[in-house]
Amino acid sequence: MSQAPALLLEESPWNRGRVGMACLIFGESTFFCVFVVAYLFYIGKSATGPQPGDVLEFPWLATACLLSSSLSAGLAVSALARSQAVRASLMLAITVGLGSAFIAATAVEWSGLIYGHGLTLGTNLFGTTFYSLVGFHAAHVILGLLMLSLVLALTLAGRVSAEHTERVEMVTWYWHFVDAVWIVVLTTVYVVGV
Amino acid sequence: MSASLRTDGAREISSPERSGSVLHAWVTTVDHKKLGILYIAAGLLFFVIGGIEAIMMRAQLAQAANTLLEPQEFNRLFTMHGTTMVFLVGMPIVTGFGNYLIPLMIGARDMAFPRLNAWGFWMFLFGGLVLYMSYFASMGLYGAGTAPDVGWFAYSPLAGKAFSRGNATDYWILGILISGFGSISGAINMLTTTLTMRCPGMTMNRLPLFVWMMLVVSFLMLLALPVLTGAQVMLLFDRFLGAHFFDTQAGGDAVLWQHFFWFFGHPEVYILMIPGFAYASEIIPVFSRKVIFGYSFMVAATLAIGLVAVGVWAHHMFTVGMGQGLNIWFAVITMLVGVPTGIKLFNWIATMYGGRIQLRMPMVFCIAFLGQFLIAGLTGILLSGAPLNWQLSDSYFVVAHFHYVLIGGLVFTVFAACYYWFPKMTGRMLSEKIGRWHFWLFFIGFHLTFTTMHVQGVLGMPRRIYTYPAERGWEVWNAISSTGAILQGLGVACFFVAVIVAFRRPAQAGPDPWNAWTLEWSTSSPPPAYNFLSLPEVRSRRPLWDLKHPDDPDWEHE
Repeated sequence: MSQAPALLLEESPWNRGRVGMACLIFGESTFFCVFVVAYLFYIGKSATGPQPGDVLEFPWLATACLLSSSLSAGLAVSALARSQAVRASLMLAITVGLGSAFIAATAVEWSGLIYGHGLTLGTNLFGTTFYSLVGFHAAHVILGLLMLSLVLALTLAGRVSAEHTERVEMVTWYWHFVDAVWIVVLTTVYVVGV
Repeated sequence: MSASLRTDGAREISSPERSGSVLHAWVTTVDHKKLGILYIAAGLLFFVIGGIEAIMMRAQLAQAANTLLEPQEFNRLFTMHGTTMVFLVGMPIVTGFGNYLIPLMIGARDMAFPRLNAWGFWMFLFGGLVLYMSYFASMGLYGAGTAPDVGWFAYSPLAGKAFSRGNATDYWILGILISGFGSISGAINMLTTTLTMRCPGMTMNRLPLFVWMMLVVSFLMLLALPVLTGAQVMLLFDRFLGAHFFDTQAGGDAVLWQHFFWFFGHPEVYILMIPGFAYASEIIPVFSRKVIFGYSFMVAATLAIGLVAVGVWAHHMFTVGMGQGLNIWFAVITMLVGVPTGIKLFNWIATMYGGRIQLRMPMVFCIAFLGQFLIAGLTGILLSGAPLNWQLSDSYFVVAHFHYVLIGGLVFTVFAACYYWFPKMTGRMLSEKIGRWHFWLFFIGFHLTFTTMHVQGVLGMPRRIYTYPAERGWEVWNAISSTGAILQGLGVACFFVAVIVAFRRPAQAGPDPWNAWTLEWSTSSPPPAYNFLSLPEVRSRRPLWDLKHPDDPDWEHE
C-alpha cells in the first residue's frame, strides 16, 4: 500500500476528452429519458385522433441511413488514424450524406403528418409527445451533422491529420450516441406505441 | 500547460494600480480559483436577497390577520425565496467550493475544461438575473403578474397558461433552465477533473473525502438536472406552442409533472446536502487533531446515499394518492436513507471522540451542524411514514423539517467552510470575535424560528398561507419565529462585517493557518495562478502530515 507505484494518468485511455464526452452523453441520456417516459406514459391517452397506428409508418429507409452512418463514421476515424486523409474525407462525406438523408426522410414524414393528417404539436397528446421526442432527436442529429461537416471541411482543407484522431473520434462518439438514441426512439414510437 | 500560462497573463494584468483591468481580469478569467470565488460571491449575494424575502414573509406572519403584504405579493415572495435559495444560493456555493478546492486538493493546476468552467458560471449568473428580471419585465401581454407566484416546484396545472397568465412563470422556467445548463457543465467539469487530473500518487483510495463527496454530487447533478430541464421544456411547449403535456383538459396528467419535478427535486436535496457533509468531513478531523474515523465507510455511505437518492422522489407525493404499493415502496426506501446518513454521523462523532478539540469558528459551526442535522434526519424519518405524512404534509412541520436540513445542515456547514477556507482564498483570517457573535445570533435565531415551526405544523398551520385568524393558538409561535428571523439576519450581517474587517487588515494567514493535512494547504494563500510549483509525493490520505512528520508518516499505517 505504502509503496504503490505513482499512477501516470496521462497514459490511461480515459483521458479528459473521453471522460468529458462520456459525462455529456450520460447527461443527454437522462434528458431523453424524460421524453421517452412521457411518450410511453401517454400512449393511448389521446382524447382525439389521429392515433399513432393510423398515421405512422415504420421508417425503414431513415433507420437504415442513420444506422449505417455510424459505420462510415467509425471507418473515417480508423482511416484518419492511419493518415489516409482522402479515405477519411470520403467516409465523413458518406456519413454527412446519410445523416442528411435521415433528416430529409423526417421532413417528408412530418410534412405528410402535418398537411396530410393534420397532426401538430397541439392536436392531441400523441402529437405533443411525438413531435417533442422525435424533434429533440432530430435536433441532435442536426447538431451532429454540423460538427461532422465542420470536421469534413477541415479535413478537405488539409487541417486534420492523424494527430487529431482522438478529437474526431469524440465527434463520432456523439454521433454513435445519437444513433443509439434513435434505436430507443424507434422502439418507443414505431414498435411499442403503434 | 497552456492554460496556466494564460492565467498567468491574467494575473499580470490584475495589478492593483489599474482598477479597470482588475474588473477585466475577473470577467475574462478561466482560472478555477477566481471562478470559484465568483460562484461563492454570487451565491452570497443571492443569499442576502433570498434572506430579505424570508424576513418580509416572517414580518407578514408575525401576528394574526396582518395586512403588511398583499396575498399575491406573499405568493411571489415564497416562490422567489425557494427558487433563489435552491438554485441561486445552494447550487453556486456548492459548485464554487468544488471549483476552488477540487484541483487544489488533487494536485492539479486547473479544472479539466477551464473555458467551459467560465461558461458555466456566466450561464448560472445570467439565469439568476433572468429570474429577477421578472420583477421588472414580466407584465406580458395580459398585464398580469410581476414575479412568478407558482411556488418553487411550479405544480401543474397552476403553472399552465390558463392559470398563470402573463410571463412571470416563463421567467421562472427560462431562468432556472439557463442556470441549469451552467450546473450541468460544472458537473461534467468536476467529474472529469477528479477522474483524470489527479497528481501522481493520488489514487482514488487517497482522495480527500471532500473530493469523493463532490464526485457523487456531480454524478447526481448530471443525473437529475437534465430531467428538470426536460420537464421545463415540456412546460414551455405547453405554455407557448399549445402542447398538452400537463394539460388535464386534453388528457394530460398534472401528477406526471410532480413525478418529473421530484425525480429532479429529491436528488437535488442530496446535491445540496452532501457538500455540507464534505465540508464537515474535512473540518472535523483537523479541529479534533485526529484522522477521520472510517474513511472507507464514509465513501461507501456517500455512494449509498447517492444510489438511494434516485429512488425516493415520490415521498414528496404521498398525498396525491399513488396507491398502497408505491406508498410502501417510497416510505421504506426513504427510511433506508437513515442508515448511511447515520453511519456518517457516528463517524464524525467517533472522529471527535478522544481528540484534542479546538473550538475555532469552523469547528463550532460543524458541532452545531451535527446536532441540528440529527434532528432534521429524525423528522425526515417521521415524514417518510406515509400515514403520518398525510397528516403533516403541507404544514409548517414540513417547513421546519427542510429548513433544519438546508439551514441547520447546509448553511451551518457552508459558514464553517467559509471560516475554514477564507484564509486560503484571501490570505486573511476571519475574526473569531465577530465570528462568535455571528454564530450565537444565527444559532439562537435559527432555533427560535424553526424549532417552533414544528409546533405550528402539528397545530395544523398550513404552509404558504399569507395570513391566519387569531383564535387558532398559532400567534405566539409565529411571533417567536419572526423574532428568530431578525436574529438570523443580524447574525449573517456579522459575517459580512467579519469579511469587511478581514480585508482592512494585513494578509497574515500564511499557507497553513490551521495546521491541516490536505494539499491545498501546501501552497501559498492565496495560491498562485498555477497552484503548485512542485507537488509533494502523495503516499497517503494526509500528504501534509507525512511532510510535517517524516518520523511517523501515515503511509506506514494505512
